[in-house]
Amino acid sequence: MTPQPQEFRTGDTPLPDIVILTHKLTRTYDMGAEQVHALRGVSVQIRRNEYVAIMGPSGSGKSTLMNLIGCLDTPSEGEYWLNGQQVSQLGDDALARIRNKEIGFVFQTFNLLPRATALHNVELPLIYAGLPAKARRAQAADALDRVGLADRMTHRPNELSGGQRQRVAIARALVNDPSILLADEPTGNLDSATSSEIMGLFADLHDQGQTVLMVTHEQDIAAHAARVVTLLDGLVATDQRRAA
Amino acid sequence: MPLFEAFRLALQTLRAQKLKSTFAFIGVFIGVMFLIAAWSIVNGMNVYMTEKFAGTIIGVNTFHLRRRPDFTPNVSDSLWRAWARRPRITFTDAREVAQGISTPVITAWESSATRDIEGRTKVVRDAQITGATERYFEIKNLRIAQGRAFTAQEVRSGAPVVVIGYDVVDRLFPDRDPIDKTVRIGGRPYRVIGVTERQGKLFGFSLDRFAVAPALSPIQNLVNPPGIVDALIVKAPSLPAMREAMAEAEGVMRSRRHLRPRQDNNFVLETAEGVLEFWAGIQRFLFIVGPGIVLISLVVGGIVIMNIMLMSVAERTREIGLRKSLGARRMDILRQFLAESAAIAAAGGGFGVLAGVGLTVLLSAAPPLPAALSPLSIVLGLTLGTVVGVVAGVYPASRAARLDPITALRQE
Repeated sequence: MTPQPQEFRTGDTPLPDIVILTHKLTRTYDMGAEQVHALRGVSVQIRRNEYVAIMGPSGSGKSTLMNLIGCLDTPSEGEYWLNGQQVSQLGDDALARIRNKEIGFVFQTFNLLPRATALHNVELPLIYAGLPAKARRAQAADALDRVGLADRMTHRPNELSGGQRQRVAIARALVNDPSILLADEPTGNLDSATSSEIMGLFADLHDQGQTVLMVTHEQDIAAHAARVVTLLDGLVATDQRRAA
Repeated sequence: MPLFEAFRLALQTLRAQKLKSTFAFIGVFIGVMFLIAAWSIVNGMNVYMTEKFAGTIIGVNTFHLRRRPDFTPNVSDSLWRAWARRPRITFTDAREVAQGISTPVITAWESSATRDIEGRTKVVRDAQITGATERYFEIKNLRIAQGRAFTAQEVRSGAPVVVIGYDVVDRLFPDRDPIDKTVRIGGRPYRVIGVTERQGKLFGFSLDRFAVAPALSPIQNLVNPPGIVDALIVKAPSLPAMREAMAEAEGVMRSRRHLRPRQDNNFVLETAEGVLEFWAGIQRFLFIVGPGIVLISLVVGGIVIMNIMLMSVAERTREIGLRKSLGARRMDILRQFLAESAAIAAAGGGFGVLAGVGLTVLLSAAPPLPAALSPLSIVLGLTLGTVVGVVAGVYPASRAARLDPITALRQE
């Protein structure tokens, strides 16, 4: 049993092994006249190599939290520290840089470029990182090898099964060696056999030291995680750890 | 993302969407093609006008003393009637003026009409019939290919001899020596004494369909009323000499016509400048209308490209969202779409250049329109095309770059 992280106060710096720290994170949307409070003060800390699932009914704010953690959005108030760096106040291009270096996204709908090969899809983040073509290809091939698709590199998405597509997407998320793998309903479009295959892959990656954060509304998928954070009405309702 | 990556990506996208890209570049294609073809025609006409037309019709450092200008585009009826009331140039006028010019010049009379030239069995219809003096050939740069020109003696005696052009030879004496044969003009016989070198064509009209006989031969009754010439041609060795000769000729004519100082000339001293001025006028017009048409098609082409790019941005919203989530900055997305529209337009420009060059080659091969390719037009065409693409791409690309990744990713 790991000790609980100590209470964080504004002005503090997170401990070195904390990958993600949110402090009283709020996000308010202006919908014309009325304001929608999607998040109302969420404080979460995630250590290196944790496997966390975020659950909650729709409208609970889990997507908003996911977008904030993924640096696709900036909070209205509160702090967000990623890998010891406060990112809540960064500008557009700086956030793009962080998404490129620190975060690996896995989407429910895979989001692969249909006309590009598996290899080129995996290469994409490296293009934006500014790597030369040769290094890109080698690194992308490595990542595909890690997810067991070494023999599918030249295939296009429509020549791959759903499970294989999601593996390509996972390889793409891993290729930049991110601090955190951010999966949004990664099995939402897959049948149960393929789902457990993908969950097995996540478990392997976690065993290899990867920090994984997953949003899901399925109890049995969340059961793969060592820690489940439940959101309700923009606040953390429960934060349960399971003994490994 | 480096620029060349953006271009590689753009080319991949264009290859994948051939039909759409073809539609997109058609406007620029037409604009650039027209630019090159029109430029080539103007260029070719220019060479033609300055070197051939002006030189052939009037001649270098040469002026014509006439009742009215021979080259008369766009003349009002009233001016035409005023010209028709002027006294004509008489033999005596021509002689006195020629004698009154102290500058060393060569002179010739010229009077022309259109008549048939008859051989034994065949006829050359509506040929140009000219009565002239012996220096005419020298002034007009008509070199004799066969036989000889007529002499001053023959001019004075009004000998019925004739020098003919090659078309007349081809028609009346195919495969036969035309020298010393007889042709009939206006019912009277003339002995062929010479054939000029082939002159070629001007705007599709043959310059070899003519006959020249001594001014005082019976031909004088066909070309003018008795004692009248169309023109006294004066050729000077240089431009200043020509100006001087013109002043002297003007003085002689004014005193012969008893014109008071305030009175206008009732004759004209025509030079090649008039022809060139007329051409310059046409050219000015072309230089306004031509770029106008090019501009319009390029603007239309730009609008088409802009629309296609906006469509493309809308279709690929999700892709843009994905790229942003993977770390693409605004500049990366902007570059990607700018490269794409520039590539479309450059392709349009490139094919337009090819088509324009092809058109020029066709035009210059088939008379009457002369055309000469200008390398500058190719450079300009390609540059303009690409600039249009970049300009047309700015709005769609900046829209793409500004997309919010979350909404873009959620787009179906």
